[in-house]
Amino acid sequence: MTRPQLEAVAVGASAGALEALSVVLPALPPDFPLPILVVVHLPPDRKSLMAGLLGDRCRLSVREAEDKEPAEPGTVYLAPPDYHLMVEPDRRLSLSGEEPVLFSRPSIDVLFETAAETYGPGLAGVILSGANSDGARGLRAIMNAGGVGMVQRPDTALAQTMPTSALAACPKALALDLAEIAAALRDMVESR
Amino acid sequence: MPETVEDIEFRLLLEAVLRKYHYDFRGYSIASLRRRLRQARERLGCRTFSQLQDCVLHDSSVFPTLLSYLTVQVSELFRDPAYFRAVREQVVPYLRTYPSLKVWVAGCSTGEEVYSLAILFREEGVEDRTMIYGTDINPEALRKAEAGVYDLDRIPLFTENHRKSGGKSSLSDYYTAAYGGAVFDKSLRRRAVFSDHSLAADEVFAEVQFVSCRNVLIYFDRELQNRAIGLFHDSLSHKGFLGLGARESLRFTEHAESFEEFDREERIYRKRGDR
Repeated sequence: MTRPQLEAVAVGASAGALEALSVVLPALPPDFPLPILVVVHLPPDRKSLMAGLLGDRCRLSVREAEDKEPAEPGTVYLAPPDYHLMVEPDRRLSLSGEEPVLFSRPSIDVLFETAAETYGPGLAGVILSGANSDGARGLRAIMNAGGVGMVQRPDTALAQTMPTSALAACPKALALDLAEIAAALRDMVESR
Repeated sequence: MPETVEDIEFRLLLEAVLRKYHYDFRGYSIASLRRRLRQARERLGCRTFSQLQDCVLHDSSVFPTLLSYLTVQVSELFRDPAYFRAVREQVVPYLRTYPSLKVWVAGCSTGEEVYSLAILFREEGVEDRTMIYGTDINPEALRKAEAGVYDLDRIPLFTENHRKSGGKSSLSDYYTAAYGGAVFDKSLRRRAVFSDHSLAADEVFAEVQFVSCRNVLIYFDRELQNRAIGLFHDSLSHKGFLGLGARESLRFTEHAESFEEFDREERIYRKRGDR
């Protein structure tokens, strides 16, 4: 089966995020040809250590997204604490302080829904460990637009609620463990 | 992605709002605006943006509701206390040297930032020589700003923020609790003027020494960001200060060279003297 080329990866994680991202992201090569957009639920304090911690463990460049910057390949963009991260139709990233969604700002659903509108079938969405239902709606939007949906297999997740909710909303999403998610992302860009 | 019917309707709706109500949202960031317009559409019981357009063109009583979705009203007193601490400790010593002082809070929404600065300037002893202009495009927000009444359940957050900003008094000195609200002291707005002003359509109205415009530019596309920052530049006096939100910078704008970084961490810039 042929499918459209991937153009971006969107990832959502909450409780257990650091552990899960520390397996998936370091397994990607430094020349990974897509931007990786990540929402992790964090307290709204201005400083987050997440970018530094992940950056130390990865070969990709990892940083917090800035408003209106273009999403570049081989870069991991984290949503800054207390802002939603969105993708504009011209593929620039934008931030917003509008109301939290499901008590979260940043919200995984908001990133996934706006990214799905921009990238359509060229987007892979990945839901990792977390103790709430954020991301389920967003993953459905990605899959409805023809994109790829991947979910961490709930029995391998530190917090199962988020993967379980995502799989309930998207029964056709691939349920994989963390190493398999990284391998699938590598395969999807290598076969181009 | 090819243009969808919804994209077409979205553009037409913004055009209709401009022609009938003279509010120009065409330069706003699309992702967030589209999300909020969909929420408005749902709230107003319309199936499509075309229906919403029909509704707002023929029933002007609907427009204030639509406007409340078009503009994001999220603010708090002393939001990002470290910013206010930097204003207090780094900027006020310069502002103090002026015999009279004008400050522009652009996109002031429901007024929280204006009251924060009014309190700060009182605590720093420069209130009497300071005039604060709070501007916004939403008349309902401006009305709330003028009233200066905030929900009591927000007061613990405001109090904590004020303390972290280096507040020299108790926040409770500035408000009285009544009818479930905290009513801020009228004397705080003796030196404040709230007025309607659009960064998308209007021009400079005063020379000011300090512009504070936080979490506003993120809702604009780059062209409109350039316009707004151009207005701030033209409005600021020689070596005046510009404070942006925690995640905003001049980096992706045309005006990066016209300002120097004054406090990098707190996103406070200073107009260069040589242009």
